[in-house]
Amino acid sequence: MSAPALAEQIVRDGPATGPVVLFVLPLFEEANRLRRTVRLAMRALAEREVGSILPDLPGQNESLVPTHEATLSSWRTALADHVAANGRPILIASIRGGALIDDAAVAAHWRFAPVRGASLLKTMMRTRIAGDREAGRDTSMAELEAKAANEAVRLAGNILSPAMIAELREAEPVAIAPCRSVPLGTGEDALPGRPLWLQAEPGEDAGLAAAIADDITTWMTSCANF
Amino acid sequence: MIFEGADTVEATVRAVLRDVLGIDEARVAGFDAQTELFGSLPELDSMAVAGLLTELEDRLGITVDDDEVDGDIFENFGALVRFAQAKALG
Repeated sequence: MSAPALAEQIVRDGPATGPVVLFVLPLFEEANRLRRTVRLAMRALAEREVGSILPDLPGQNESLVPTHEATLSSWRTALADHVAANGRPILIASIRGGALIDDAAVAAHWRFAPVRGASLLKTMMRTRIAGDREAGRDTSMAELEAKAANEAVRLAGNILSPAMIAELREAEPVAIAPCRSVPLGTGEDALPGRPLWLQAEPGEDAGLAAAIADDITTWMTSCANF
Repeated sequence: MIFEGADTVEATVRAVLRDVLGIDEARVAGFDAQTELFGSLPELDSMAVAGLLTELEDRLGITVDDDEVDGDIFENFGALVRFAQAKALG
């Protein structure tokens, strides 16, 4: 019997053999804001003869698993299942909150703009409170935190369980090696582009996608594990 | 030195507005203390405020108690910068 994670949708691009880049999108609403740009990065990698895959984890995107059944631990396990089922040398490329679940044992890691779980959680809680206020309900942060400790709550479009919220509050990108971590920005070792994960207007950034593909390809080439 | 810190905070507030609201560099560079924000910038709705506060916290290393945030700090650019400076520089 195959692991449930493997029944979810997987987008593939590029060569079907050789090293493969496994993308881990940002979490929750931020995933929707980055998906198109990551697809462009996968296309750009394919043009550089590098294969890539983008799996849905249970509770994400097209998955039929309700989000309140997901936890960071279940996503980490699902990623490990994908790694175990894939016979190719793998580079995991994670973005933002993807770095909170990406520590499966693979040849190399690459992270872009990693973020703490507490920051993601705080923005989602603030979004919920703002939505409540627009609907004429005044909810304080303390009230929402107390409620979320005992029951699943809807935060910025996703229903999160108390277990998920407890994990998010503590989650930090795990130290792993070898790993290259790059921020968004204009300096050396930074990728230029728009912080799409912050922006509500749907968009894509072809320049950023090309920069992602270039940086990953260079890192793969320089890394002895491939 | 206090003025240097104040300038850094102002530049950070400008960058956060640019990044969170997706408005272009030239437009945000033109903001002065009197530039009206909430109610005048269509991009700045109450949902955007959620992301904006968290980005300010992360980039300035401050903690914002949500109960102390009212509409006044988003009235104009000057008010938002003063709020951030008070938090970051004490």
